[in-house]
Amino acid sequence: MKISKIILSFISAVAILLSTSVTSFAKVVGDKIVLGAAISLTGKYSSNGVHTQNGYNMAVDRINSMGGVKVGGKTYKFEIIYYDDESNPKRAAQLAERLISQDGVEFMLGPYSSGLTKAIAPVTEKYGVPMVEANGASRSLFTKGYKYLFAVLAPANLYLDVAIDLAVEKNNGKPVTVAMAFEQDAFSQDVRLGVLDAIKRTGSKKVIDDKLPKELNDMAATLVKVKQMKPDVLVVSGHTKGALTAIRQIAEMKVDVPMLAMTHCDAAKLSKQHGKNSQYALCASQWHKTLTYKDNFFKDGMKYAADFEKEFGYDPPYQSAESSAALLVFKDAFERANSFDQKKVRDALAATNMQTFYGNIKFAEGGQNVDKPMVLFQVMCDGSGKCENKVVAPTKWASAKLIHPIPKWSER
Amino acid sequence: MDFMVFQYPMITVQACLDGLLLGILFALIAYGMALQWGVMNIINIAQGDLVILGGYIAYFMYLYGIHPAWGVIVSPIIMYFIGVGIYKLVINKVVDRDLFISILATFGISILFMQLMNFAFGADVVLANSGYGTTMLFDNNVTLPNSKIFSAVISIVFAIGLVIYMKKSKLGRAIRATAQNSRAAKILGVDTEKVYAATFGINAALCGVAGALISITFTIHPYMGLPYTIRSFMIVIVAGLGNLPGVAMSGMGLGVFEEFADYILGTEFRIGAVFLLLVLILVYRRFKLSRKREYLK
Repeated sequence: MKISKIILSFISAVAILLSTSVTSFAKVVGDKIVLGAAISLTGKYSSNGVHTQNGYNMAVDRINSMGGVKVGGKTYKFEIIYYDDESNPKRAAQLAERLISQDGVEFMLGPYSSGLTKAIAPVTEKYGVPMVEANGASRSLFTKGYKYLFAVLAPANLYLDVAIDLAVEKNNGKPVTVAMAFEQDAFSQDVRLGVLDAIKRTGSKKVIDDKLPKELNDMAATLVKVKQMKPDVLVVSGHTKGALTAIRQIAEMKVDVPMLAMTHCDAAKLSKQHGKNSQYALCASQWHKTLTYKDNFFKDGMKYAADFEKEFGYDPPYQSAESSAALLVFKDAFERANSFDQKKVRDALAATNMQTFYGNIKFAEGGQNVDKPMVLFQVMCDGSGKCENKVVAPTKWASAKLIHPIPKWSER
Repeated sequence: MDFMVFQYPMITVQACLDGLLLGILFALIAYGMALQWGVMNIINIAQGDLVILGGYIAYFMYLYGIHPAWGVIVSPIIMYFIGVGIYKLVINKVVDRDLFISILATFGISILFMQLMNFAFGADVVLANSGYGTTMLFDNNVTLPNSKIFSAVISIVFAIGLVIYMKKSKLGRAIRATAQNSRAAKILGVDTEKVYAATFGINAALCGVAGALISITFTIHPYMGLPYTIRSFMIVIVAGLGNLPGVAMSGMGLGVFEEFADYILGTEFRIGAVFLLLVLILVYRRFKLSRKREYLK
């Protein structure tokens, strides 16, 4: 059954590719605004690629069904051409070229991950195609002076510095000792830089600074060092495999640390895969459904999550929410520019200042969103072993109080 | 460079034990490779991908509420048939050919498996929880996850079982005869075609066991196979073909080496250190060989 399913999907994928490559699209066809996106539908980013695509599709449907985009007194509907970039930066850059020069797309949505966004940005920049991206957080994207790149998310260096501040606050304002383990990729290294800044700012001290490999599935050595050095905070960032490996081995090796801060907890479905062992982990997130931002299309986070679940059958990770927000930004910019001229749309994008269910959006010179802080949630479990992510910082949106320090394994 | 591992005796002990337990698991995968290499003269680049596929079988059992430890029984059975299937489809066409052809063929199988697994199971990193707890030694200074101990024990059981099977059973004797001289075996009535299929199946089954154990102890992901191929290749190179105690020893040695490299050079150089060691060993072997040749001249 699996095989027939695979063959069937393969044939349909080929059919879709063929059908899109025969017709040539222009930016605005009839009453349609055609956006282009290269997305990882296969390869190592495929699960997050699908989250991204679902987020885009959800917003397209919603905006179209609620009246579409009004430009020059006429109503337009969004449409997206997708290509599969196979999680490969080279392929993504080729596809961006193809979208722009062959398919005639004049507005782009971003791919998944910093690496792929980095590959596409020079292309969109060369052709002066405005791109709103929702899944590339690396700081290096915003220091290159790109004029046509806009990111609805907060840059990577802001992911975990909040955790260090929180630890210092809990330590009565006194500096803390920090153990760090980061994967060697653009994103995680940016997170690391942010943590280093926070360490410097608070006068704290780093006691372990380990780098994790791409093919990570064992970090026992780092954890043994943590047991020996007894730091106040352990910070881990290595995508989903980093989060999963860390929780598994911390539980197995009974590593006691007062605060554990990580990235990618929700993408890794930590509480589902590890249950109670993941309890008390602090996780950085771009978005959480309990945040009370509002807009006219999705109402608020809770409503978005409910609608998303109804449509796709799972709780939306932040990757989907930020992707949906990218479309809201485009709609807003088109209407304010009141034109499809790329330069005018670009200027309208640069002047964006709005609230969406995902958060406030206002772009800095480099294109990053500076109006939306990161949130930290903590995995909390009830007696029956059901675990939930509860926002604990910043305090303005906290739905629960931070549990600190983490109880020792011998007392759990 | 960080020499903390030697400054605290407890860390040294921990590193050695972790390495040994890990090495035993590596040795099991390498044993499968040595077996088919010896019998069929095929270097299987897809070895690691078979391991990961075995891991997914255990993972799916876990998803459906069966304890993943049963994977060490179910996974090899399924993998045996997958192995025989691969043999019938591809390997039997390259088995008597140049070694290079077999490397190309298995390289292709490896890519195919990676993509198919990614397609069928998704790109998420997954793991199966055994809930086995932890053993604490030396006043809680050394921790050994029971899942790792379980892996090592199961690996040893399977390895011993296979050795006995090779010695006592009819098929085992046929496999050994074919490894020694396939033409002679054929003349004496051994169906070498069948022996090859069984050997490839047994290798896949061993990978299945190892994969199930890896899903319990570490994590699995469609693209994580290659490091396991490299490790088993290296263990076999060091130990030589048909030398089971050698495979076990060099497996454990590699485990400990990796663990120490991890502490001293950092986790990021762990696989790098394995590659470096492989290069050094190959250079050394060549050097030894060329000296022998000179002597013969």
